[in-house]
Amino acid sequence: MKSTIRITDSVLDPEECRRFVADNRCGGQTLFAGAVRDNTEGKKVEYLEYEAYIPMAEKELARIINASHEKWPVVKVAVHHRIGTLHVGELAVVVAVSAAHRQAAFEACMYLIDELKKDVPIWKKEFFEDGEVVVSDRA
Amino acid sequence: MKIDLLAFGPSKEIIGQQKTTLELPVGCTSDELKADLLGQYPALGNLDSLRIAVNETYLIENVALREGDEVAIIPPVSGG
Repeated sequence: MKSTIRITDSVLDPEECRRFVADNRCGGQTLFAGAVRDNTEGKKVEYLEYEAYIPMAEKELARIINASHEKWPVVKVAVHHRIGTLHVGELAVVVAVSAAHRQAAFEACMYLIDELKKDVPIWKKEFFEDGEVVVSDRA
Repeated sequence: MKIDLLAFGPSKEIIGQQKTTLELPVGCTSDELKADLLGQYPALGNLDSLRIAVNETYLIENVALREGDEVAIIPPVSGG
């Protein structure tokens, strides 16, 4: 298995992730792109700020990518996460997976984004249009 | 002994800074440090969870800390 991990304050390019996972042995490529929503429970979001404990976030991503490889026959994985200031509609995360067949590619992609949200040390702070600022403290 | 304490997200908001150096008694454990921090910053107790990472790895059990360790207090993560 080959993988790439990037935590960056630059704009994410899903096509770059898809190209990384493209492989002639693989008939399935799945790609999840997570974007900034314009609201949280109905409250209008102006922008978000993401911060990461970067070296540990990279290690945790490597761990969950390895775990996905133990569960499914994935061939290549790319995970890019953006940090810094993100506006509505911008991508915060891209997860791309390739496998010989679609089922493994879909399931591994879902697993990776679910595990990322549980364990990878990255945090968002929400800035709302009414001036409220919320730091998420919920699991 | 000295350790570096890192705080992020809501734990950084509560403690007020991202990185501090703490002087701890030799043999101090991660559970003792966590209890001290909860005593000093009771708002940490309101977080849904508070995990400890030592040298960039989540702890799964109590450990004795060592000089120079990088200890991070990890509130619920919210990436993705």
